Amino acid sequence: MTTVWSGEALAEAIEAFAPGSVESSAGIDVWLKPESISVVCEGLKTRPEFKFDLLNSLTSVDYIDHFEVVYHLTSLPMNSSAVLKSRVGIGRTDASIPSVVSIWRGADYQEREVWDLMGIRFDGHPNHKRIMLWEGFPGHPLRKDYVTYDQSIVSTAPGASEAGLTDGDE
Amino acid sequence: MAIKTQPVTVNLGPQHPSTHGVFRMRVMFDGEEIVDVEPIFGYLHRGSEKLAEERTYTQIVTLTDRMDYVSSMLNNQAYILAVEKLAGIEPSPRGVWLRMIASELQRIASHLVATGFLLQDLGALGTPLIYAMRERENILDLFEMICGARITNSYLRPGGVFMDAPEEFWPALERGLDDIVSTIDELEEYLSGNEIVFSRTKGTAVLSPELLINASITGPMLRASGVDWDLRHRAPYDYYGRITFERKLHTASDNYARYWVRVQEARESVKIIRQCIEQIEPGPVRPSFDDVPRLLRPPAGDAYAAIEGSKGELGFYLVSDGGISPYRMHVRASSLINLTLLRDMLIGGQFGDLFVTFGSVDLNMGEVDR
Amino acid sequence: MDQAFLDNSLWRNIYCVLAGDSAQCASREYSSGLLPGGMEWLAFLIAAAAIIGLFVNGVLGGVIVLIWGERRLFGRFQSRTGPNRWGPFGMLTSVADAIKTMFKEDLVPAEADRILFNLAPVLIAAPALLVFSVIPFGIGTYVADLNIGVLFIMAVTSLTTLSVLTAAWSSANRIAILSALRSIALLISYEIPMALALVGIIMLAGSMSLGDIIAAQNVPFIIVQPLAFFVFFLAAMAEMARAPFDLTEAESELAAGYLNDYASMKFGIFFLAEFMAEISTSAIVTTLFLSGWRGFDPIPSHFWFGAKLIAVLFVIIWFRMTLPRLRVDQVLKFAWKGLFELTLINIVVTAILIAIWPQPTTSQLWMMAAINWPIAIISIWGVSKLLGTSSYDKPQPDADNPEYPVGSEEIPAASVYKAESTSQAQASNEGGD
Repeated sequence: MTTVWSGEALAEAIEAFAPGSVESSAGIDVWLKPESISVVCEGLKTRPEFKFDLLNSLTSVDYIDHFEVVYHLTSLPMNSSAVLKSRVGIGRTDASIPSVVSIWRGADYQEREVWDLMGIRFDGHPNHKRIMLWEGFPGHPLRKDYVTYDQSIVSTAPGASEAGLTDGDE
Repeated sequence: MAIKTQPVTVNLGPQHPSTHGVFRMRVMFDGEEIVDVEPIFGYLHRGSEKLAEERTYTQIVTLTDRMDYVSSMLNNQAYILAVEKLAGIEPSPRGVWLRMIASELQRIASHLVATGFLLQDLGALGTPLIYAMRERENILDLFEMICGARITNSYLRPGGVFMDAPEEFWPALERGLDDIVSTIDELEEYLSGNEIVFSRTKGTAVLSPELLINASITGPMLRASGVDWDLRHRAPYDYYGRITFERKLHTASDNYARYWVRVQEARESVKIIRQCIEQIEPGPVRPSFDDVPRLLRPPAGDAYAAIEGSKGELGFYLVSDGGISPYRMHVRASSLINLTLLRDMLIGGQFGDLFVTFGSVDLNMGEVDR
Repeated sequence: MDQAFLDNSLWRNIYCVLAGDSAQCASREYSSGLLPGGMEWLAFLIAAAAIIGLFVNGVLGGVIVLIWGERRLFGRFQSRTGPNRWGPFGMLTSVADAIKTMFKEDLVPAEADRILFNLAPVLIAAPALLVFSVIPFGIGTYVADLNIGVLFIMAVTSLTTLSVLTAAWSSANRIAILSALRSIALLISYEIPMALALVGIIMLAGSMSLGDIIAAQNVPFIIVQPLAFFVFFLAAMAEMARAPFDLTEAESELAAGYLNDYASMKFGIFFLAEFMAEISTSAIVTTLFLSGWRGFDPIPSHFWFGAKLIAVLFVIIWFRMTLPRLRVDQVLKFAWKGLFELTLINIVVTAILIAIWPQPTTSQLWMMAAINWPIAIISIWGVSKLLGTSSYDKPQPDADNPEYPVGSEEIPAASVYKAESTSQAQASNEGGD
């Protein structure tokens, strides 16, 4: 059975080798400062007490006032797992975070996907291009303020404002 | 006089018979040797993750069917586990056993498709593919008996499955398992004595286990390199803790090893189903609607649940804000992530091996693009 | 007009019926011809046109039947029915396909070299038909019995590659050019073992004429020359690019190779030429190795030829249906390192045997066979050992990888930092340990 690190314990362990990198922790989650993500991930991968060699999943969530990048890690030798999170783009401006492709190559397509669909820039990614959508696609669809195609048609149709059909998100 | 040569760029796909859907590659050849590959996807992108934000938790089950459309049951299972974890639902035992049977049958079907298409890519004009597909048809018939649908099953619900298997399902399942074993024997006979299959697949596209783990590649590809990592064993979900099965490992990590691991895993799945049939207990197939309402409102929070899918770790990350639909759904698509090392596998190889390697990765464009 | 034409019963019958009481037909039963005297040249032309028409249409009809038969056989091999809707046993399916192909739009790519693009189907169909001109389909049923018949076949069949290159180059398609390059590589490699395999037969028969070769086969040469048959059959499969050597058309790699940009009847002609090549190869194998039309009475010679032809076709289709494709380098390696050696062995052995028995009688041919078979089996086994992949050692079922030791059953003791122990799926944790 895979053991899950509690956020508190993991935060303590991270602080031990990378002081000042943890923002907060709760449950099984640890919130890291975006700028320290490379250092922490490098440590988590190489240090003998963690050995997080597998990046299960890298994703992001739009929390309206900020974005959150979520890393799920697993250690195959220790059979343990951990969850790292990082708040980026506070106030929806310039969402960017250092890339972890140099640490885990598995992050390659996942970071591109996050950039494509959520619009979070990964600094240092070797091939920072869109993956699912074409270059020049307007906007990033998974953002909560993204106006979908049919919504935009409805909201620009004549008489839409009287009917209260202007886009509801935002 | 030295002849001047120049690499030539060829566009393969998205309309190509062997790209398993709508995958595109811009390949640079120097004669028959591959110099560079650029994979391009997105032709089947339907925005499932965005669509999920507008649907209730039960409705999303139908979206997951359409992701990896050759292993719908496994997608259902991964999604349902995430919902159960998010909402803290206690599943009913009979439902869990039924969904384990269904998902193992689906795993066999998926591996058969992968094996058949790999041989098709090797140039065996359809004969092994049709042998594999014929057996898959039997499995789909079994699915039709338990849920009325063949491909897009939508069989699972939070807490179990939506209906019990009919009486006639159980003898049909027994017959089906015997057929599956004989088909796998037949396929193995075909591959284990065939010099051409050997010479084409052995020693091609070899990857080291360290690289595979570093690239987040899981499932049969990882086990073909000798790493014993199977979530059914390492992090048992459902009732896999009560099942004993062998993890089939191979150490060569080439195209043949991946192929071999899939065929052996299909055999192990038959054993798992037999154990499930022994241990299944009577009872309701899902909790009552008082405990698990149709319109779920999980508490705010997030949950990540992963299963051992047919192609690797298949995970669902759900974020709830307490509403009737998820605030965010993310799919950890094993098909997409397994493609990470495609360039490493192909560059320096022969054109003839391109689609064999591609087939041995076993990907499904519905899952890559979502 | 010399005697060779009059030995040809097809020719003689038409010519003599028309020309009648001329010098050539004097000894025959034809008393008066349909044409007035002095019009022998017209009789000659009409006879030639009739024979050409008969052969071309006969071959095309054979192709239609072959396509139907191949599809039915595919169905049987793949445990399905095959075509069965249109006509009895689906026999009209290929006719319907031919009509459909003719009515499709004839597309020419904008970048294509139009002249060569239109010429290529002609170039591929002509040599495929020319091969049939030297093949005796029965006693006296042939267009011409050339004294260099074997050489003629070799020369004409190698023209196919030229038309493949023309088709690929003119359609300005990179995939097509890759396919054409493969085709040329195949030709260069397989022409040599193919020609060398026939040397043994030519030595035995003492002639390159197909008629003489058939006459020499008191014992079919497949029995006397097993090694030559093995090499020739595989090389011929490679020459006509059939599985497992279908590199030029490899649909899982090159889509359709050089045919990519062809549509309508131009595609249809390529398709027909491919099947014509299949029939002609079978006919050549039948003639050279299965003693052609020879059999025993009262069954007519044409039926013997047809039966042997169908048997060879069946084997070719069987190969195509069963075997996966080889890679280019493996195919070329097979030609140069495998088949080439085998033909050399065959030539040396046959030369020695001919030196012992210069004019072999039937019993001496049987003795040659007795010597040749063990040599063939040993040399083929040796070559397969030399070229084959070593037998695959089955891995340990629970092998733990020393470089990455995660295969161990016991999981390391929980560290001090461990807090909660949950399954990945918390909700069903009674399923855990």
